[in-house]
Amino acid sequence: MIEYISIIITAIFVNNIVFAQFLGICPFIGVSRKLSSAVGMGAAVTFVMAIATFVTWVLQNYCLNPLHLGYMQTIVFILVIAALVQMLEIVLKKVAPALYAALGVFLPLITTNCAVLGVAILCVQKDFALGEALVYAVSTAIGFTMALCIFAGIREQLALVEVPKAMKGVPIALVTAGILAMAFMGFSGIKIG
Amino acid sequence: MNSKLRILYNGIVADNPTFVLLLGMCPTLGTTSSALTGMSMGLATMGVLICSNVVISMIKNLVPSKVRIPAFIVVIATFVTLLQMLMEAYVPSLYAALGIFIPLIVVNCILLGRAEAFASRHSVGDSLFDGIGIGLGFTIALTILGAVREFLGTGCIFGASIYPEQYGALMFILAPGAFIALGLLVAAFNAIRTRTAK
Repeated sequence: MIEYISIIITAIFVNNIVFAQFLGICPFIGVSRKLSSAVGMGAAVTFVMAIATFVTWVLQNYCLNPLHLGYMQTIVFILVIAALVQMLEIVLKKVAPALYAALGVFLPLITTNCAVLGVAILCVQKDFALGEALVYAVSTAIGFTMALCIFAGIREQLALVEVPKAMKGVPIALVTAGILAMAFMGFSGIKIG
Repeated sequence: MNSKLRILYNGIVADNPTFVLLLGMCPTLGTTSSALTGMSMGLATMGVLICSNVVISMIKNLVPSKVRIPAFIVVIATFVTLLQMLMEAYVPSLYAALGIFIPLIVVNCILLGRAEAFASRHSVGDSLFDGIGIGLGFTIALTILGAVREFLGTGCIFGASIYPEQYGALMFILAPGAFIALGLLVAAFNAIRTRTAK
């Protein structure tokens, strides 16, 4: 039990995927202008990341490893994720139109979200068991959603502030993200177990 | 020849992937804790970009437009896998330092972006130069960012000591410094561009 809690706290706060691992920065900067779209993107990423990690873990351990095809990892994983996102889109459209309407626009963007592929590869590198991998994927996604929501909240305020012309838009957002990352460094002292 | 030079210039300055288009942010922030790692990441990406651009512009008429994106991804992933194996064999320390960002070149939006926006519409020669130009622009940006962070953080540039390390602000090597340094560099690039445009 304690190792699961440790994975959860580490993935959400200590090694936050955005502020400490620099993954998923594109949606972090791109979809964080409004709080509502940040929540939508976060939910979509959580959904896809959990399913993608499950599928890639099974493929890696029951297909690539026994066949000694480890070098095919990158190609297989990216294709699986791309196909998965497409399939999810079709399935959601039929089965849960409400959910599709909420997540729809964000789903295609996720294929090239490096956080999804990154987490899938990290799970293999860290030698996680299936349960650990799933907990890790979901809590990483929660960490991503949290970072995105905090940042969107700040950016909504930031839009009203007068900044030097050259700093407008992305530069000031990056500096703000830097200060947020500094705040997150405060978690790095946490030790569990 | 002039048009080729124009493509190169566009890639390095006018459409600089990091400072203007703001693409490929993850490796930009994640691998620039020193000038050397930043430059290696830039060169690695440039290698894949040149190869994928050339191959994609060769096969552009063979691939039906409906499946072009998956086809482009397979081409890019193939070259990334090749690069991964080459780096693991010949520069293992660099491979370890860049870590997960090497396989993640696959999802670098610069590569798919150039494949879709340029290589799938232009000749092989032009695509080659576009790959070189954008690749150089990315490499230069990463090297500058890496050098700035290394200089402020440890007092070195490319490992050569400029001032004693204990006066360095460690923060610039760590995560917050990456965001802040990049934000200020993009702002500086913006300011220079608006001034020269006048």
